[in-house]
Formats: sequence, C-alpha cells, structure tokens
Amino acid sequence: MKRLTSFLTSWEALLVALLLIGVMIGSVLSPYFLSAFNFNALTSNIMEIAIMALPMTLIIIAGEIDLSVASVLGLSSVVLGLLWERGNPMWLAIGVALLVGLVAGCLNGLLITKLALPSLVITIGSLALYRGLAYVVLGDQAVSNFPTAFTNLGFGSIPGTEIPWSGLIFAILAVIFGVVLHFSWAGRQLYAMGNNKEAARFSGINVGRVKLVLFMLSGVIAALAGVIFTARFSSARPDNAVGFELTVVTVVLLGGVNIFGGRGSLLGVVLAIFIVGVLQNVLGLLNISGDIQSLVIGLLLIFSVLGPNLARRIQVVFTRRRLAVGSSKQV
Amino acid sequence: MTTTSQDQERTKQHGQVSQARLLGLVNRVRELGLLIVLLLIILIVGIQAPRFLSIDNFEQILLSVAILAIAAVGETLVVLTRNVDLSVGSMVGVTAFVTAYFFKQLPGSNLLLGILLGCALGLVLGMVNGLIVSFGRVPAIVATLGTLYVYRGLIFIFSSNTTSQVNASDVPISYLALATTQIFGIPALILIAAVIAIIVGYFLHASQSGRQLYAVGSNPDAANMIGIPRDWLVFGAFAASGLLCGLAGVLWGARFATVDATAATGLELQVIAAVVVGGVNIFGGSGTILGVMLGAIVLGTLQNALNILNISQFWLLALYGAAIIGAVVLDAFITRWVQRTILSRRKKA
Repeated sequence: MKRLTSFLTSWEALLVALLLIGVMIGSVLSPYFLSAFNFNALTSNIMEIAIMALPMTLIIIAGEIDLSVASVLGLSSVVLGLLWERGNPMWLAIGVALLVGLVAGCLNGLLITKLALPSLVITIGSLALYRGLAYVVLGDQAVSNFPTAFTNLGFGSIPGTEIPWSGLIFAILAVIFGVVLHFSWAGRQLYAMGNNKEAARFSGINVGRVKLVLFMLSGVIAALAGVIFTARFSSARPDNAVGFELTVVTVVLLGGVNIFGGRGSLLGVVLAIFIVGVLQNVLGLLNISGDIQSLVIGLLLIFSVLGPNLARRIQVVFTRRRLAVGSSKQV
Repeated sequence: MTTTSQDQERTKQHGQVSQARLLGLVNRVRELGLLIVLLLIILIVGIQAPRFLSIDNFEQILLSVAILAIAAVGETLVVLTRNVDLSVGSMVGVTAFVTAYFFKQLPGSNLLLGILLGCALGLVLGMVNGLIVSFGRVPAIVATLGTLYVYRGLIFIFSSNTTSQVNASDVPISYLALATTQIFGIPALILIAAVIAIIVGYFLHASQSGRQLYAVGSNPDAANMIGIPRDWLVFGAFAASGLLCGLAGVLWGARFATVDATAATGLELQVIAAVVVGGVNIFGGSGTILGVMLGAIVLGTLQNALNILNISQFWLLALYGAAIIGAVVLDAFITRWVQRTILSRRKKA
C-alpha cells in the first residue's frame, strides 16, 4: 500500500498520466491514431532519439552532458554513405561508421577527462566540428542507392508484427542499460558521481575512466542511430538529424533525470520517449510543420525543469504560510 | 621582531601583487597571441594571394565581422557570469525578420522607430531567458537550448501567417542604407560595432556592476554572500545579450536585405567561437571585450582566407568547432601553467 501511494505521487505516475492523455487526444483527433500502422510509424519515427537517449541518461545522471550526439549521427551517416558509394560491402561500411562514432566519443571523453574541461563547452565545440566534418566528407551531396536488405532495417518490421526492427534494437538496449544503471555497481557509481564527484573519487571510483567509457558509449550508440536513420530514409546526407540533441536532452529531462546529476530512472526516460513520440505524431496528424514541432519540444524541455522548480517554490511558500498561521494561533 | 613580521607582511603583499600581475599578464599574453595568430594568417594567405592584402579586403572582413561582433559582446557578458546563451542565432533571426517585415508594411515610418522596435524585441527575448535562468533556477544550457528552438519556431509561425520572405525591394532604401552608409569613409556598420565594444568594454572595466559581473563568474555563491545581487546581474547579462542581438538583427536585415525564417540559423556557434577564441574563460570570471573583438576578427579573417584561397566553404563549420575546442584546450594549459607558477613562488616565499 505504501509502495502504491509512493508510486502514485511519483514523477513516473505523472508521465503515465501524460502518456494516457496524449493517446486519448490522439485517438479523438484521428481515427487512424490507434491503428497498427500508425503505431509502427510513431515508433520508428522516435527510435533514433530513443536509442541516443539511453547513454544520454547515464551521462546526465553522472553529472555531464553530450550535445554532440546529433552531429555524430550525421558524421557516421555520411561515412556509411561514402563507403557504400565507393563500392565497399555494407558490413564494412556499417563497421567503419560505428568506429567513427566510437572515435568521436573517445575524443570528447579524452578532452573532458584528461584536461578536466566541462563537457558542455567541449561538446558544443564538437557539435560544430563533427557536423562540419560531415559537410567536408560529402559536401552538398547525398547517397541514396542503398540495398533493400539494408533499408529494411529502417522501413521494415519484425515479420508478423507492427514492431519495427529499430524498436527491437531499442528494447534490447533499454533492458541492458536499465540493468546496468539500476542493478549493478557500475550504475551505483554513476549516481555517486552525479551527487558528488569529489566524494566519488575519494571512495575509490575511477571517475575519469567511467566518464571516458560513457562518452565512447554515447558516440558509438549515436553512430548506431546514424546507421538506422540512414536506413530509414535511405539517404546519407550531411544535414541528417540536425537539432536532434534538443529532443534527446528533452526526453531525458522530461523523464525525471536531474540536470545536475545524481537522480533519475530509465523507466521515466522510456515513458518520456513515448510521450514525445505521441506528441510528435499528434502534431504531425494536425499538419503542424517540423519547425513548429521543435518549438513545442523546446517548451517541453524548459518546463520539464522549470515546472518542478516552481512547484517546489510554491510548496515552500505554502509551508511557510501554514507554519506562520500555526505559530500565530499558539500566541 | 617587528621588522621581520613587517618584512613578512611586505613579501606577502609583494607576492599578491605579483600574482595579480601574473594574471593580468596572462590576459595580455592571450591578446598578444591572438594578434600574432592574426598576423601569421595575414602573412601566409597574403603570400599566396596578394589581393588578400588590399585595404578593400580588410574592410570586407571587418564588415562581415561587425554583426557577429555585436552579438559576441552580449554573449561575453553571459559567459563571464559562468552561463551560456545558445539562443543568440534565433534572437537575431526573430528581430531581423520582424524589423524587415515592419519596414515592408510601413515603408514610410521613421527609421529610428524600426531600430528601437528591433532592439526592444531582442530585449524582451533576452529578458525571458534571464527570467528562466535567474529566477526559475533552470540551468542556462537547458533554458537557452529550449528558447533556441522556441524563438526559431515563433519566426516560422509569424512568417507562415504573413510572408515567407522579405526582399530587398520590399523595404525602404533608408533601412538598407544602415549597412552601406559611410561616416568619414568608414562603414557605419563597423563604427556601430566599435562603439558598442568600447562602451561595454569600459563598463566591464570601470563600473561597479561590471566588476561585480566578474565576481559572479569567479564564484557565484561567494558573490551572493558578500551582497552582490547575483540573480539580477545574471538576469541583466541575458537581457543585455538579447538587446544586442536585437540590434544585430536590425543590422542583419539591413545588410542582407533578403530575410526569411531561417535567417542567422547556427550563428550561436560562430558567436561562441569568437568569445572562446577571444580568451573569455568558460568557467566565468575572466576575459576582455578587446580579446573577443580580436577573436571575431581572427575568425572572420579565416573565413575570408578560405574564400580567397578557393577552399570549400564546407570547411567553415568544422573550423569553428576546432577553434572552440582548440581555444578551450589552450586555456586549460595556460591555467595549469599559471597555477603551477603561483604555487612554486609561494613555496619559495
């Protein structure tokens, strides 16, 4: 019973309610909203963001941030496209694309850990650098003649279901990340680092190495998202997924992860992913353009931090008032 | 006894003075370094392409840098307080579009009125950022990443209800003349940027609030504790950034004449690059307007050099990214060196 009430007042319960409201609004607005086809479209549309949100959750819980994910996605996408166009086999192109992501993340991680620089500024720099390199690699061209077996990874679904392949990849990764974050010593280390880096270091956590691993992970996962994105649109362009970092950070913070680190759960982030997925889908059904959808996501990002802050302030004011009333009664 | 303690006191004071001198020296060295880099670029490119060295070309470089420089002055104020403003590109875009649209609809209206409108609009946008950060306690990165897309979305809503693009032929010539007028043979655009840099530079150097901005950036909590109005100063820095972006937007509309909803997209990366290359410490609390102006000019010169050497403009974004990372890494090494020098001096004393 106690657990039930504590769940009902938790952030996750609020997210479940938001998700249900979103689904209700969607089904009222369009008879097609609850169709299997739309579920497929909704899911595959958000999966690159969903996959990148997993390492981002760990990074923000550890008290850091990675703003370069969308640029790593773009860079790995054009590398994949270029290698395929030059006649290399697909497995090699994918392998090199993932390797590029790993190296990109490693460079971020090394600069942040070895020189003790803030991840915020370094990854703003590499946001520009990696996107710029993507333009250098492919210019204003695009590669689009990918084999069907590859594009199926983006278009197709698991036979007999409406679950896209990218959804399966996300589900497997989400389980792994969830277990690591919530049921392993490595996960506890992340929370410790996010709460107090100095204390974490003195209690024997190799903060530098953990951070380096996190950023390498973020890089390789962003590259994986790049492979999926390329397959889904059957197109490798240097401007692929520009601005996706906004949505990735938004789902993580909306999921209840504390921007200063140390608090948050993967369950919340998964719920937030589907809330944003439903929101984008509903806005799409309403024929609202992508740029105005970004406005809504931007508002959501600000309010997912501002909302709880304001709620806490109001609570403080009320408690003070109640205490004041109580003390005046005593007199 | 008294003499020795006085001596000790004197050496201690001497040590502190030399520490301050050392830090001041680092700033000078940083600016001198930029100047040397600038001269090296000019020399190397000039040898390969002599037309790079013409006065006309230097004027072109300064013209292309002027608007960026105005926005960078605002960003400097924000970064000095240990925050960051990612929404500058969108604020410039909003004001450029709205001002151009204003002149399209009311071509007969006073020029000053349009300029004031743009500046006021920028100020309001900046104040919204400041409110969210200072009083909503939302980290600047979250707040301004959000408003980067919110403000850009507002232009798209505005333009979808009005016009998709304002062309040069739609606006009065007096507005476009803002960017082409010359005063004493110097383009007004360059003069405006220079005047703003001098005013803000003097404010930072000599006024109480200016010094307090540095204090807030050095140690926000300590500054608050000794009675510096930290929240108001951070709010003020964001508001000023908005105001300057408003002015930059007005000039953007005048200079490029054709304005659509995507105007100034991605400008924030150039602005941050200019600020960081200019030697403003990303941990707040140190940096000068002079340095930032040099940073902007270095970046503008590089862009111009790419053009003249016929190197693809696709390199530009990567260059900005590398400049941001390179400058931050360089500063980290300089900080380490300074700390080590101070420590070893203390040990000797």
